[in-house]
Amino acid sequence: MKYIDTNLVQKKMGSRLLRNKLAKLFFMLATLFGLLVLVILIYRVIRDGAAWIDFDFINNKLSTDPERAGIMGAILGTLWLMLVVAPVTMILGIGTAIYLEEYAKKGKLQALIQTNISNLAGVPSVVFGLLGLTVFVRGMDLGNIVLAGGLTMALLVLPVVVVAAQEAIRAVPGFLREASYGMGATKWQTIKNVVLPASLPGILTGTILALSRAIGETAPLVVIGIPALLIPLPDGIFDKFTILPVQIYYWTLDSALVAEYTNLAAATIVILLVVLFLMNSVAIFIRNKFQQRL
Amino acid sequence: MMPALAENNKIQVFTSMEEAPKNVSTKKVVYDTKDLNLWYGDDHALKNINLSIYENEVTAIIGPSGCGKSTYIKTLNRMVELIPVVRISGEILYRERNILDRTYKVEDLRTKVGMVFQKPNPFPKSIYENVAYGPKIHGIRDKKTLDEIVEKSLKGAAIWNEVKDRLNENAYGLSGGQQQRLCIARALAIEPDVILMDEPTSALDPISTLKVEELVQELKKEFSIIIVTHNMQQAARISDKTAFFLSGEVVEFAQTDKIFSNPSDKRTEDYITGRFG
Repeated sequence: MKYIDTNLVQKKMGSRLLRNKLAKLFFMLATLFGLLVLVILIYRVIRDGAAWIDFDFINNKLSTDPERAGIMGAILGTLWLMLVVAPVTMILGIGTAIYLEEYAKKGKLQALIQTNISNLAGVPSVVFGLLGLTVFVRGMDLGNIVLAGGLTMALLVLPVVVVAAQEAIRAVPGFLREASYGMGATKWQTIKNVVLPASLPGILTGTILALSRAIGETAPLVVIGIPALLIPLPDGIFDKFTILPVQIYYWTLDSALVAEYTNLAAATIVILLVVLFLMNSVAIFIRNKFQQRL
Repeated sequence: MMPALAENNKIQVFTSMEEAPKNVSTKKVVYDTKDLNLWYGDDHALKNINLSIYENEVTAIIGPSGCGKSTYIKTLNRMVELIPVVRISGEILYRERNILDRTYKVEDLRTKVGMVFQKPNPFPKSIYENVAYGPKIHGIRDKKTLDEIVEKSLKGAAIWNEVKDRLNENAYGLSGGQQQRLCIARALAIEPDVILMDEPTSALDPISTLKVEELVQELKKEFSIIIVTHNMQQAARISDKTAFFLSGEVVEFAQTDKIFSNPSDKRTEDYITGRFG
């Protein structure tokens, strides 16, 4: 007596294979949808903006005249902002990760901190904008300068850096720590000479990805009140500033008034995408280069 | 020397001890373990351990998996403290000082007691940097001194000839057996007094194992060696004394030839003849 009926198997074979193909088709379409939208976006911004990108567009200051308007101010503003965000997030982020992974006793307090960091990573960026407005712009009375914006942005991406650095540190094999402790090294010597070098690629990759998120963020800086007015080029972290995505935001807002602003916004998006693409490439390069070593 | 010797002779004449205990002889005690108990949480892993380990000898620790032998060797340099739930009672005297005392600096202890682990664990650095790591940790910066230490240590671990032309290459390019001897060289570089070896050949092929065993024989002239091993033939081949651990207790501790030829305890005999474990 056989349980498998050969005739039945034959009869159902066609529909089984059909469903198999349908499943594949569905998953492929799901992937293509995202890709298609991205392609449309890139096509549109290049169509609208590419013709506007020239040396003057990059080198000029902001102007109400679309023919003379440039994004030098936003580029410098973005650079200065990163000069605040990068060191602040790296020092605080790596420091927090080292404390949580190497020093903190595993217990309720540690679990509480850990949960909060994960939650912070999910807090909407507008809320961080309000935080920055309350603490840095008003509370510390810094005004809406690069430093205030940078600290706000640093807080926004900090949880991402902490989590990435924690994962990188956790991935350092225990036997390397043992080898170091076994020779009489202190905890700090072990962290400095063994743990950090081994986890640096992971930490750097995470940090760069976090920074590229910061470069594209708009909401927090709009909340802390970056001026839409014409301002001089920023010379340092104590100047008022604007950044690329905020520039895109304001031009898009005003595109009903001046039609060419649409093109300016599109051109700026192209520049921003190129910057993001370059940053992500660097992150991938670092990851691949160091991964082979371990 | 001479007067001391004469005095010794006199004492012997007066006391006329027929069996001057051979093991106590002139050798000094390095480690004296007294009533050591250790718990992992609620798990009582070491029970009333009493062991004396002597200078310039190889002491082997054997026993089935989970008998506490690795735990014991890791308490000797307090490596066991890396596990957060460990509780310890009793005393371990190293050169007559209790290392379990709070005032004993663990960094100081581990400078005198080197360790070689089960799996070769070189750092992902150059061969040179691996050996120079310990001395650098302890503040040696002079390049010439470091060069000398590296050469001496690599020679001491019988690997100098194989690596002398590639000191700046990554240690991960070495074979498993070479990596383990590099780890021994790395331990020698801190000029320890004792070397702890936790199943140092369990991840190695037979030829590499043989090389490490020969090395151990060479090293015992200068160092005291405590070696945990799964391999009873290895214990028989290279050790002077053997301790047999079972379920966290020391069942028997004696001269190796006695343990393997004429054990006092039935359980030891069962284990070494392969009846369990």
